[in-house]
Amino acid sequence: MNFTEYNELTHRRGKIWIWSAVCLILFVPIAVCVKYNAWPGFLPVFKGLLGVAPIYWTVGIIEIITFTPMLGTGGTYLSFVTGNVTGLKVPAALNAMESAGYKAETEEAEITSTIAIATASIITTIIISLGVLLFVQLSPLLNHPSLKPAFDNIMPSLFGGLGVVYISKNWKIAAAPVLFMIALFIAVPSLASSVGILVPVGILIALGFARLMYKKGVL
Amino acid sequence: MFYDIIINMSTSEFNPDSPFIYGLAFIVIAFILAQSLFFLIHAVKRAKAIGMDKSIVLRTIGSTALFTIAPAVSILLGVITLAKFLGLPLPWIRLSVIGAITYELPAATSTAQAMGISLSETITKAENYSAIVWVMTLGILPSVVCTPLLIKKIQKGVLNIKSKDSAWGNIFMTSLFMGMISAFSGMVFSRVRQGIPGLLPVAVLAVSALVMIICGLLVKKAGWKWLENYALPFSMLISMTFSVIAAPLFV
Repeated sequence: MNFTEYNELTHRRGKIWIWSAVCLILFVPIAVCVKYNAWPGFLPVFKGLLGVAPIYWTVGIIEIITFTPMLGTGGTYLSFVTGNVTGLKVPAALNAMESAGYKAETEEAEITSTIAIATASIITTIIISLGVLLFVQLSPLLNHPSLKPAFDNIMPSLFGGLGVVYISKNWKIAAAPVLFMIALFIAVPSLASSVGILVPVGILIALGFARLMYKKGVL
Repeated sequence: MFYDIIINMSTSEFNPDSPFIYGLAFIVIAFILAQSLFFLIHAVKRAKAIGMDKSIVLRTIGSTALFTIAPAVSILLGVITLAKFLGLPLPWIRLSVIGAITYELPAATSTAQAMGISLSETITKAENYSAIVWVMTLGILPSVVCTPLLIKKIQKGVLNIKSKDSAWGNIFMTSLFMGMISAFSGMVFSRVRQGIPGLLPVAVLAVSALVMIICGLLVKKAGWKWLENYALPFSMLISMTFSVIAAPLFV
């Protein structure tokens, strides 16, 4: 079996899993409604969706377009079911590929990314399940005020380490989008809540400058 | 008798921590674990078939497991936050499948506002609960539904770019990574206008980057090869510890 055939097999298996996941995800609200005979009606759901769907549907589709080339086939099918794509699955895949020295889109990178994302999903599920089991004991500890700064700063601690590796290796491509994003977030702090939408903006800036430098022979 | 049990169960007061909802959570969690294990075995088997170094596979699993602990505990905090008004099993389900606290909390709040209820205490009406479950579900569904519909088209597009000009194809992929890293690194600076307190995330970012550089030097200069795969988890944990110690200075 060559890489193309392996990829096709992953697509077939991935589709079975993801469509099963769609059924399971829909089964939860249906089961709640049937069990408690509590159908909410169209209006409350529509009004609730109006507050979140326009932004989250957009971000969801942007994430698929942006992250699929980074995650690979198996990683994509798994990440978009298990969630926490930007904060966990993409960094896990990038870190694993970088540490192993594989370039995205190669078979080794595809395998490494899938292994990293599957491991991250399993560990997350186990930790959350343990947390649920030990809820009474863990809740006061995790909510302790002294630990709050650590959990508030997960993203800086993650992207400091990950960023320095990628930026130092590709500083010519990184300079323009990084400087632009820093300036943008300082100028408009409220954009922090919609960072997902700014990922493609960063990509377009990186691509634009990279193309310019490539044409001029700088890259 | 069975009919009486069913009637009693469906008319009794609603409890978001009921065994029934826990049962649903167990089914969902079992599915997630099964899917993750399936893909792990699928990839490991392929790694063996193409002769990939076994130590790389094991190191990938080990370093990813360590790296996942901090973000997973943060997700657990999200479960605890939502559990105050939604009970434990629903946040457990939602944050194990697709969800993230950044979406689930606004979804619950938006629905509660639409129905004119408060999220300051546990929900006791099944209708309100089911409306929140539907909004949480439908709000994230496009991410799952669109993945199988779009994935091949996206991959074909990237392949076309690479086959036309492989050098540009590699730069294209790097630009994708840089776009994402720049957006999330830039976000860390969003609070600097608040003064000293807003500088803590920037300091944490800098410490994490510094630890990563030191790890890189230890790998290259001191020959500590084993550290290569654990550099990111270490930089995360050390910079998070720094944030706890340094927080009183950033007020």
